[in-house]
Amino acid sequence: MKYTKEHEWLRVEGDLVVVGITEHAATQLGDVVFVELPETETMVTEGDEVCVIESVKAASDILAPVDGEIVAVNTKLVDNPGLVNEDPTGAAWFFKMRVDDLSVLDDFMDEDEYQELIG
Amino acid sequence: MADLEEPELLRLGLEPLHEELGGKMVPFAGYRMPVQYPDGVLKEHLHTRAAAGLFDVSHMGQVILRPKGSMEDLKRAFEALMPVDVLGLAEGRQRYGLFTNDAGGIQDDLMFTSRGDHLYVVVNAACKAADIAHMVAGMPGAAVEPVTDRALLALQGPGAEAALEALVPGVAALRFMDHRIFGDIWVSRSGYTGEDGFEVSVPEAEAEGFARRLLAQPGVAPIGLGARDSLRLEAGLCLYGHDIDTTTSPVEANLTWAIQKARRAGGARAGGFPGAARILRELAEGPERLRVGLRPEGRAPMREGVELFAPDGTPVGQVTSGGFGPSVNAPISMGYVARAHASIGTQLMGEVRGKRLPVTVTAMPFQPTTYKR
Repeated sequence: MKYTKEHEWLRVEGDLVVVGITEHAATQLGDVVFVELPETETMVTEGDEVCVIESVKAASDILAPVDGEIVAVNTKLVDNPGLVNEDPTGAAWFFKMRVDDLSVLDDFMDEDEYQELIG
Repeated sequence: MADLEEPELLRLGLEPLHEELGGKMVPFAGYRMPVQYPDGVLKEHLHTRAAAGLFDVSHMGQVILRPKGSMEDLKRAFEALMPVDVLGLAEGRQRYGLFTNDAGGIQDDLMFTSRGDHLYVVVNAACKAADIAHMVAGMPGAAVEPVTDRALLALQGPGAEAALEALVPGVAALRFMDHRIFGDIWVSRSGYTGEDGFEVSVPEAEAEGFARRLLAQPGVAPIGLGARDSLRLEAGLCLYGHDIDTTTSPVEANLTWAIQKARRAGGARAGGFPGAARILRELAEGPERLRVGLRPEGRAPMREGVELFAPDGTPVGQVTSGGFGPSVNAPISMGYVARAHASIGTQLMGEVRGKRLPVTVTAMPFQPTTYKR
C-alpha cells in the first residue's frame, strides 16, 4: 500500500491502481454522509478533483493521485456513505485507475513514512 | 506560523470532564468547546433524539437584570430594546426575545425569564459583551449583573425528564418554557434541539459533580457542538450570525411569532423598539425576503453560502445553514429567498460545486418537535 500527502491510499490490483482514503482521514472527516464519484472511462490528470466527500462537518475532495483513466467506481458508497468510516481501507475504495506505468507509485509514501506524517 | 496564532481561548469549568470523556476540543465563540465525543456527531445526534443528551453550554451569557426602581419600569425598559411583550410574561415563565437595531436588524436573540423581583436573561456567547453593554446603556434603571459563577447545562431528549427528576425532584412538573428555582439550581424546560428537555444553571463549584451524576443516569450521554448544530437545524431553529444577523429583520427571519400582539400595530404598546418602522411595515406589507426551510432533492448537502436560483436562472437567495439531518436521514438547509419564491413547495435550484441541483422550499421544523406543553 502506498500513501499520498492528501491521505489517500493506493493499492495495485493487477494492472490497476485502487484509490481510497486512509483511516486517519476518515476519522478526521467524521461521519461521511455523501459521496460523489467520477464517471468511468474518464481521463484524469494528477491533481484533478475526482470525488467529493461530505461529512457531517464539511465537504472535501479526493484528487487524482496520478494521470490515468478511471475504469471503475465503488457505487456502494453512494448508497452507504457510512462505509467510508466503517472500512476505509477495505470495502470503501473509491475508484480504480488504469495508468501507463505502475512505477509512478514508487514516488509515494510507504506505510512507515505515512505513519510518520500523521504521527 | 505566527500569523495563525490563536487568540487566548476561554476555558469552560467542565473542560477536565470533557477531556476525560474524550471530547474533541475546538475554538468556538472564544471558548475551547467539545465539538464531539468518541461516538461522533451522527450517533450523538440520534442518541439525543432516542434517549438523553447532556450539553455544556456554559459559554452562553447568563445575566440578571434587577430594578433600581420598580419592576414595571425595568420591564418597560427591556421592552424598549425588543419587539417583544415583556410586561405580559408571567412569573416563572420564559420567553424568546430579540435585540433589534435601528435598521430593524437583529443584534442578538436570547431567552428571558420573569422571576418576580428580577429578570434572568441568557444570551449568545459571541454577543455577550455587546449585549451587556447594550443593556447597561439602554436600561439606566436596571442593575445589569453578569452571572459569572455558574455553569449552564442542557439536558435534551425523551429521557431528560426522568434523568433530571432523579437529581432535582419536582422538575417533571414543569411545562415547556416554565422556569423554577430549586435551591441553588435554576431550571428552565427549554432547549435548542426541538426535543423536550431542560436548561439547568448550576453553581460552578457544583457543576462537575452535577454533570457526573447526570451522566450516570440511564440513557444520558455527553453531546458536542456538532450534534447541537444538526439538532437545532432539524428543529428549524436559527443560529445567530448565520441565519439571523444585524441585516435580517425578525419578519424576514420568519420570527414574527416572537412579536406578540401588544407590540404590533394596534397593540397596547405598539412599536417603541429599535427598528420599529421597518419591522411594523414588514408585518403589514410582508418582507422582501423570507427565511425558509429547504430540502435538496438529491443527497448532496447544500451548506451555508450556496446560491439559490429560480428555475429560469434568476438569483433568488442564499443558504444560511445546511448540512445532513441525521434523524430525517437527508440533507436539509435553511436560507433566505425572495418572497415570491418563498411559498412551501416552490422548486428552486441550489448551486453546489458549479452544478445547479433541485431543492424544494419546505415547512420547518424538519423533525417534529416534542415539547411538553
